[in-house]
Amino acid sequence: MAADRPLSFQDLILTLQRYWGAQGCALLQPYDVEVGAGTLHPATVLRALGPRPWKAAYVQPSRRPGDGRYGENPNRLQHYYQFQVILKPNPDNLQQLYLGSLEAIGIDPKLHDVRFVEDDWENPTVGAWGLGWEVWCDGMEVTQFTYFQGVGGIEVDVVSGELTYGLERLAMYVQGVDDVYDLRFNDEGLTYGEVFLENERQQSEANFHGYDVDGLKRRFEDMVAEVGRLLEMRGPQDQKLVLPAYDQVLKASHLFNLMDARGAIAVAERQSYIGRIRDLCKACATEWVEQERARA
Amino acid sequence: MPQLLLELFSEEIPARMQAGAARDLERMATERLKAAGLGFDALTTFAGPRRLTLVVDGLPAATPDREEELKGPKASAPEQALEGFLRKTGLTRDQLVERDGVLFAVISQKGRATADLVPAMVDEIVRGFPWPKSMRWGTGALRWVRPLKRIVCLFDGVVVPFDVDGIASGDVTEGHRFLGSGQPFAVRDFADYRRKLEREHVLLDVADRKLRILEGAKAACADRGLTLVDDDGLLDEVAGLAEWPTPILGDMDPAFLDLPPEVVRLSMKVHQKYFAVRDPARDGLAPHFVVVANVEATDGGKALAAGNGRVLSARLNDARFFWDEDRKTGFDAWLKKLEGVTFHARLGTMAQRVDRIAALAREIAPLVGADPDQAERAARLAKADLASGMVGEFPELQGVMGGYYARAEHGDAVADAIRDHYRPQGPSDAVPTAPLTVAVALADKLDTLVGFFAIDEKPTGSKDPFALRRAALGVIRLVLENGVRMRLPGPAVSTFWMLPEATMLPPGTMPAAAIDFISRGEQFQREVYGPIEREMQAFFADRLKVLLRDQGKRHDLVDAVFALGDDDLVRIVRRVEALDAFLATDDGANLLAGHRRASNILKAEAKKGDVPTGMVQTGLPNQPPEETALAFAAAAAQTAVDQALEAEDFAAAMRALSALRAPVDAFFEAVLVNSDVPAERDNRLKLLGQIRAVMGRVADFDRIAG
Repeated sequence: MAADRPLSFQDLILTLQRYWGAQGCALLQPYDVEVGAGTLHPATVLRALGPRPWKAAYVQPSRRPGDGRYGENPNRLQHYYQFQVILKPNPDNLQQLYLGSLEAIGIDPKLHDVRFVEDDWENPTVGAWGLGWEVWCDGMEVTQFTYFQGVGGIEVDVVSGELTYGLERLAMYVQGVDDVYDLRFNDEGLTYGEVFLENERQQSEANFHGYDVDGLKRRFEDMVAEVGRLLEMRGPQDQKLVLPAYDQVLKASHLFNLMDARGAIAVAERQSYIGRIRDLCKACATEWVEQERARA
Repeated sequence: MPQLLLELFSEEIPARMQAGAARDLERMATERLKAAGLGFDALTTFAGPRRLTLVVDGLPAATPDREEELKGPKASAPEQALEGFLRKTGLTRDQLVERDGVLFAVISQKGRATADLVPAMVDEIVRGFPWPKSMRWGTGALRWVRPLKRIVCLFDGVVVPFDVDGIASGDVTEGHRFLGSGQPFAVRDFADYRRKLEREHVLLDVADRKLRILEGAKAACADRGLTLVDDDGLLDEVAGLAEWPTPILGDMDPAFLDLPPEVVRLSMKVHQKYFAVRDPARDGLAPHFVVVANVEATDGGKALAAGNGRVLSARLNDARFFWDEDRKTGFDAWLKKLEGVTFHARLGTMAQRVDRIAALAREIAPLVGADPDQAERAARLAKADLASGMVGEFPELQGVMGGYYARAEHGDAVADAIRDHYRPQGPSDAVPTAPLTVAVALADKLDTLVGFFAIDEKPTGSKDPFALRRAALGVIRLVLENGVRMRLPGPAVSTFWMLPEATMLPPGTMPAAAIDFISRGEQFQREVYGPIEREMQAFFADRLKVLLRDQGKRHDLVDAVFALGDDDLVRIVRRVEALDAFLATDDGANLLAGHRRASNILKAEAKKGDVPTGMVQTGLPNQPPEETALAFAAAAAQTAVDQALEAEDFAAAMRALSALRAPVDAFFEAVLVNSDVPAERDNRLKLLGQIRAVMGRVADFDRIAG
């Protein structure tokens, strides 16, 4: 990187990719289904199960329909990026490796205050949990650092270390920018706003007022039914179709988030929706872990 | 004498768990050393962000030799019994000792080197450590709070070799993550360990870390003519987040100072763990903060102060958004929203709760010198801020925000009542004194108590999920410290009928409307709620006893007064205090002895049959003057005690009893109660009964320990 100029958004991503690629991670591409968090990419949530080692890193767009602010809030987006790293089993020096990645993107831990602050991560919709920290840089949370303990309600065989970098936040910090839309996207004068502002405006409107609630509900039920059907079927090696089934779980989860943003989920219904998604996820995870153990 | 040094070095331990971990390590090590028969001079533990440390001084090099005698079978016992005993002890017949026809085995246990006992001890401690949450890592099965990396274990300067799940013990540890040399280093003993750690920018002792934070933060403030806003809870937390805590003063945009100071302070504390700073010149917050960093930055902290300042601005921008939105929204909209918020499934919505509190506040107002209309209004508004954006973000600001939002429109008294009606929130929290606030605070807590008692959700043992004990203690303190004369639960009963009826009425009366309930009259209501009311009375009595005991009041005096069945707390406490003072006097102590004597005689008589009661006679033939004198004294005391109690002058009541001391002593000195003449005996028993009755009006002296 150029010493005189902080990394652009895309160079930040490239730097992290090169860094983790050099640590032996497979550099994957974003998953092509909407997800609320990079963890939900099957490369993390499913691969964390079973005994087989795994190392991967990828960028994943996160969709949080309820967080949209029509492009008017400098910190909140309904679509943003996470950089996700999973190392299974976690290497002994994972904290050191992580700090190395911060130095690679220009954060000098002798100049800045990097701290590991307790934060036990939990995602109730996929029944996943782990212990770890949120990593603070000068008081800003820049990364979620988690040792996976369970997924889909199943305790893991081997513990994975998972890192989730909030890319926009990190870039804002590195570039010293207070408004996400002012981020330099590349070194050619393109800003983050030029790429995404219009998307935030339109998507926010659709999220809050556009989607047809009945349609969302119908599609949610369809997806739920599809998961059941796919898990009943058998593939060419007589395996259950857990990967396509999991895709449908992700879609159902996104539909739930859209209904929630539309204000169509009553307080009393909420737990029941989340419980249904968790159960589907658990069914997939249970099946997947069997398959993985057999493959190992 | 040898020293044991143990360090368990791990990745970052949550700050909130460190103090408990130090205590647990101390307890577990002490227990195990004791169990192994190892005495020591001193045992100290330390906990910090990356390490737990134990140092034990003055251990013996080995455990002493021990001889133990085991009792075996009788010498005449059958062969099988003897064989079993020999197998168990591993001895032969000729090694046994015979005494009084019984065989004994003397087992001598050689002492063991202390160092040999350490590995198993450490293994047990590590594997059994009671972390609130623990985890596995990598491919291992060991659990620790975060990955355990190293174990230092030295006994008398020598490494005790062992491993726990593959982590080998040694003499090597690490310093500060960023400020240290970056090289692991070996240590010889505790003094060497502590010295080297400090050189590597690690303060082992949390007390040292706190001192460094406080001194540094105060100095940084003083340089600018400012003062630090103390916060012990925050200090505890940040002292657990940095091995080399370095306070740095940062700047914030002064425009944020138009937010309520509580909001600014809480934004700093909850989200960022910063201390707030005061400007004595303007008697308010200064546009600065103190962040406690874990590094001494090479630029003096400039970059990190600026970075933290930017994060704080983003946080305060969020807070300002809520502040602005809330002031546009207002109470009516929030109260409407409370209709959709469930307080408890069986106690209805928050809006229903507000109705009850408002009605209760109205009832209580005259008892505390507040205006009923105003009390009702303040109570109606008191919970509204729960629906506001700011309280949604910072639940700790409940009440406080309502106070701010209400002040302009509803005036200071109402705003103060809203702000303070949750108080007292704990034993050390001050009790409100403004009458309006007292009325709302009592109504709030009494409604909670009545509701949960009505649905039978009372505290049991250590479980008190709805904090009813705290609520009852709050009521008691409000009543006592403001001298409120009211029965408990007293007025709370008046809102029974407003509880969601389904939970309240017996099944046969469903679905009776509240109006029907009222129309069926007080008798019916008493039948339904009487038992609940009595339970609450007992609960209050119990909490008052606990409070008085905590204040150092004698347990037996409290019981002696409670036995009278009074439910006016103010009166109960005054009585206990007067009684305490009385018993400290010579008269009091002697009269208590006299009472005990009288009481014992009467109890002995009661066992034989009926004890004579009725008018004590005077002027009988041969009546000793001491008997006559006591009879007159008792009659006089009775009148005086009655008058004093009527006036609630308990000191006077005690003085009236004092007058009995001399005649009682003289009576027992000169007169034999158990006279051969039945009429004499009867009269004297009646007299003793009268003495006991007079004294019993003041307290149940039978319950007082002498």
